This record gives sequence, structure tokens and C-alpha cells, in this order.
Amino acid sequence: MPLPAPQANVRVVTLKIDGLDLSAREDETLIEVCRENKIPIPSLCWMEGLSIVGACRLCMVEVSGSNRLVAACSTRVAEGMEVQTNTEQLQRYRRTLVELLFAERNHVCSVCVSNGHCELQWLAQTCGVDHVRMPYRNAGYEVDSSHEMFRVDHNRCVLCTRCVRVCDEIEGAHTWDVMGRGSDCKVITDLARPWGDSSTCTSCGKCVQVCPTGALVKQGTSVGEMVKDQQFLPILARRRHLR
Amino acid sequence: MSRTISIEPVTRIEGHARITLQLADTGEVEDAKFHLTQFRGFEKFCEGRPYREMPALTARTCGICPVSHLLASNKACDDLLAVTIPPTAEKLRRIMNLAQLVQSHALSFFHLSSPDLLLGWDSDPARRNIFGVMAQDPQLARNGIRLRQIGQTIIEMLGGKKIHPTWVVPGGVNEALSEDKRSAMLAMLPEGLQIAKDTYAFFKTLVPKFKDEAEHFGTMPTLFLSLVSREGNLEHYDGFLRVKDAQGRIVEDEVPPSDYERIIGEAVEDFSYMKFPYYKPLGYPRGIYRVGPLARLNNADACGTPFADVALAEFRTLQEDSGPVASSFHYHYARLVEIIFALESMQRLLKDPKILDTRVRARARGNRSEGIGVSEAPRGTLMHHYKIDEHGLITWVDLIIATGHNNLAMNRSIRQVADAYVDGNDIKEGMLNRVEAVIRCYDPCLSCASHAFGQMPMVIEVKDAAGQVVKRLARD
Repeated sequence: MPLPAPQANVRVVTLKIDGLDLSAREDETLIEVCRENKIPIPSLCWMEGLSIVGACRLCMVEVSGSNRLVAACSTRVAEGMEVQTNTEQLQRYRRTLVELLFAERNHVCSVCVSNGHCELQWLAQTCGVDHVRMPYRNAGYEVDSSHEMFRVDHNRCVLCTRCVRVCDEIEGAHTWDVMGRGSDCKVITDLARPWGDSSTCTSCGKCVQVCPTGALVKQGTSVGEMVKDQQFLPILARRRHLR
Repeated sequence: MSRTISIEPVTRIEGHARITLQLADTGEVEDAKFHLTQFRGFEKFCEGRPYREMPALTARTCGICPVSHLLASNKACDDLLAVTIPPTAEKLRRIMNLAQLVQSHALSFFHLSSPDLLLGWDSDPARRNIFGVMAQDPQLARNGIRLRQIGQTIIEMLGGKKIHPTWVVPGGVNEALSEDKRSAMLAMLPEGLQIAKDTYAFFKTLVPKFKDEAEHFGTMPTLFLSLVSREGNLEHYDGFLRVKDAQGRIVEDEVPPSDYERIIGEAVEDFSYMKFPYYKPLGYPRGIYRVGPLARLNNADACGTPFADVALAEFRTLQEDSGPVASSFHYHYARLVEIIFALESMQRLLKDPKILDTRVRARARGNRSEGIGVSEAPRGTLMHHYKIDEHGLITWVDLIIATGHNNLAMNRSIRQVADAYVDGNDIKEGMLNRVEAVIRCYDPCLSCASHAFGQMPMVIEVKDAAGQVVKRLARD
């Protein structure tokens, strides 16, 4: 879902989230309203300033009158809407989703450069993942360390595609893409050439900063030293829209 | 009919192992073997990882001595970066290494070995543990726990956590020492030193009671390997490799750690997952050597701190001739001397005004394709050797763990103890405890090569040549 262009005159709607009476612009999504009102909803693929893919399903919420769950990132507010963001069922689903992410690849937090500064780790803590109930796949994925400044470790990738979108939508380079299906799915640079050989990469580092885990990191960092700065993104995104 | 006694697992050591004693028809010991029964595979699964992950990865080898791996690994990474780390960073690393030495030696002496020394080899196994020591001599137990706490607290103050700190990084450390932390550490050290001196004085009174054990616990002639400082003194962080023979003659000196492959070879045996390092010029298995506190004190010309030097002089009198102290029983004694040395050295380092310097890290990228890091772990010389590709990913790893160096010596020692104490016709628990106790002298860190799991029952089985169990002793 592309980001909506800002409009001068939009209606304001009223809705209820977790029993709170709230008002919002009608072009806003549920997750934006929740973030504005400090209602915590977990998310991985959504990021303010990037287009919406609704891929991670962590922001699913319950809407009264609907017999299915909806993703808060890709659902617009509506007049009279009643939303529950933290029911027992949602907690259970979210925990399972996070566990599946841990089981799928090799997120060994203790030796990761993003340890202590990782969104996936934080999600696991907030969703109560004290252990993973399904067997780990233990499949080995490669590390591409060919770039002079950055490194990609596919073992730690959750396929949120933030890197793909920020590179295309903000930097305009479109170095990153997604290749393969199922467990072979991975992010690639320049039609699967080593990152260091990429002719389109501008080495801006935006992909590294928006990556929620230790998949994309700066070279030269040791365990726990990779702290990401994502403040730039909403500012750049707003300026781009205004232009 | 030949029989086999199996002691599995060996208790009150770090890790998981088995001892088997092969008996002849007459009941005499025919062979003795020390088996490391778990496979870890660190050298293999580290391949393909970025070299900067290696300190944290290899530190997970062990929860008792992670600092040792952290230091050896970071030294190997420094070598890959081809940098000289800032002098203050080196001093800070030394302090952490010494704190680890204190906590690890305290664990070995007080928690694991003092039950034998205080309660006796033949005492009730149900009481022969740290809780039994608490009941028998509460102050000794308190002292042991406090000494370990002091070491662990200093590690935590420096590294942010007691186990697996990530403060040491390739090129130095990632945070300078604050005045507050320095003061807090200095405030703890006098109490630690007093405990160490008191324990040392107490242990000296015990030594004569164990004359028999001292004569039979691993007294075989071996070489001794350790690091020594540039001046030839006791060293735990850097310096050169020195090898002395059983007569005390220096056979290798001023060997740069990067040259270790010239003197150390590694053999494998099918009965153990632990490698068998040996001194290359003598070949395998003649090139048997020992590492650890005993070897370090035997190799060093002096300690370089006041009270430790006095204790070292007394340590040397344990050997009646002028040679190095040969009995592995005296590892305990050497451990106490080293605790004193570590506490005195930490005081000296912390009082250095430059210890608060904020330049504590050199930055570089991988400039070499091969790096070697050697330091002294509590149990002996620890070697990390890495090779990387042009992108900084690990292509080859060799880890020679301190306990591994002692592998040949431990096997010889259990044979010697078994010969002296085990009567295959009448197996008694206390007799087998002595076989385990000689292993405890080396304080093997088998966690570095295996994981403990579940309950650790002690099972001794006597089997006939057909493999039938003819006698079984079990302890839960």
C-alpha cells in the first residue's frame, strides 16, 4: 500500500480503541492512531515513512463486527469503529509469530552485534517469549561481508523488506530486492551479486539503519555495539511528500 | 578375566567426563583412561562467521572461564587487525583476567576440592561437598564464597556482567574505567587479600597430612609450559612461551606465542573428544607436558609482588630436590599462591594513575589473514588461532584449550593413582574418589569441551571381558 499523499481537507472520525474514545483523520491507519495515542502494538515490517506491506502480521487487531483479524498497519480508521489491540487471542498469536521467526533462522542474540538494541529481541521480551516451543530449523544461511562499510547476515533476517523499501522509496537506488520462495527467500543486492560488487548501492546506510535486527550492520562493530538511528526516516519521508 | 571399572561422570569438576580402569585377572590396574564424552564442534561451526563475533562466540565455550576465551580471542583479533592496543586497555584487560583467576581458583579450591581436603577422601559422599564444608568450617566456606564474589564483582564492574561480558573488543576495550569503579574495586581488594593469606596459611598446615597423596598424585616427569613475562616472571596475559623439563632446565624460552605451532603438536585418540597436545620435538606421547598454576610457578623466575614472592619461595620447598615441584597434588598450593599474586597485582594496576585514561581502543579493519592469541587461563595456556578470508569471514579455527594441554598428564595421573590405591578385588568408594581427586587437582574445565546435563550420578561398573557387569556402585 503506497503512502497516501497529504491532503488539505480530510474528515475527522471517532472510534474506540481498547475502550478509549479517540478521534483521527480519516486517512490514517489504525497503527498510526495507536502510535499517536501511545497504545502499544507490536510491528516489524511497518515503519513510519515507508510504504505498507502488511507482511509480518504482528500488528493484527480485533475489530467489532468483523469475524477476522485485520492488520492495524493496512486498515484505515472508520467512523464508529471499535478495536481491541491486546486480547488473549492476539497475545497468543503474536507470541507464536515471534517464536516462528526465531525458529526459522539463527537469531543467536548473545553473539549478535545488535544484542540489546534489536527490535526482534524487544518484541520477544514484550510478547513473553521465554522459550521457543517449535524445533529450530538450524539451516545455515550465508553472510555477505563483501561491502566495505556494511555486512548482511541472512541468518538474522526476518524478511520485513524495510531495506528494500527504504532503498527504493527514500534513497531511490533500488539496490535491494527479494529473491526465492519459502525458506529460500532472501533479500538480495543487484540481482544477487555480492553487495560489495553492487553498482547501484550508494553506501548511504539507510538500509542498515532501518533493519530491525542484526541482519544489516556496520562493519567494525562488536557484540552489542550496533545501535541504529531511525530518526532520519520520517523527516526525509515528509520532505519527499511535500516536494 | 580382565575387567573394566567405569567412573561416570567424574564429579566436582567443570564439565562431563568418564574414567575407565581396566583391571587384569589379578585385580591390578592394567590401564586407565580419562574420556571426554561430549562433542562441541566450536572449531567447525565458527567457520563462515565474521571474525568480530569470535570473542563472544568462543566465550560461550564456558561459563566458568569465559573471560579467558574473551581475552585469547580478542588477542587473536588484535593480531588480525595488526594493531597495538592502547596501554591502558592492556592494563584493564589484565585486571579482568586476574579477577577471573581469583574467582576461578576460588571455585576450584573452596567449592570443588576443599571437601576432599577438609572432610577426607573416605568421608560420606553425601556430605563431601560445599555444604559439608559449610557445616564443618563455616568460615572457610564463607571465605571461599566471598573471594569468588570479589573476583566476579570486579569482572562485572569492568564488563557490565559477571558472565560473558562483551566489554573487551578487538583493538582494546569499549569503555574506559571510571574513578567510582576504581575506588570500589580498590576497597574490596584488602579483604580479598586477607582471605587469600589466611587460606594460604591454613592450607600450609594441611599439606603435611597429605604426604602420601603428594607422592602418588601425578608425580610423573613431564615438561612444563606457560607464558612468562619479558623478565621471566609470572605472567597471565602476554609475554613469551617457556618450556622447562622435569629437571628444571629451560628447553624453550622467549618463544613468541605466534610461533606456538613450532613447539606444540596435537594428536587425537579414539577414546576421547579432547585433543592430546604434545611438545613436538619429543613427539607423541613422549612430549607430555603440564600447564596451569603448577607449571606457571615452576617456570617463573619470580612472581613480582611482595607476598606472592614469599609464598613462591615456600612453594619451591615442596620439592625435596632442586627441580620443579613435580606432584600434581600441589596444583592446589600453586592456585593459592596465584590468588595472592592476582590480588596484589590488581591493587598495583588499579593504583596506576594512567588506568583512568580514556584512550582504550584502537580501530582498524582486518589487515592480516591469520591471527593468533595466547593468554593464560586459570587452568593453563589458552591458544586461539584464526584464519579469515578477504572479507573478514572465518575460514579456519584452532583452539587449544588449557585443559587439553593437560590431557596426557591427567591420563598418566589417574593411572598412577589407580596403581597406588585401587584394589580391583574390593572396590571402595573412597578409593575411586582419589582417582577423581587427582583429576580435580588439574581443575579441568571440560565445560570448554562439553556440557553438563541433568543430574550427575556417579556410577562405577566392573565388567568382565565379555562386557558383563559383575559389580556396580552407584551414587545419586
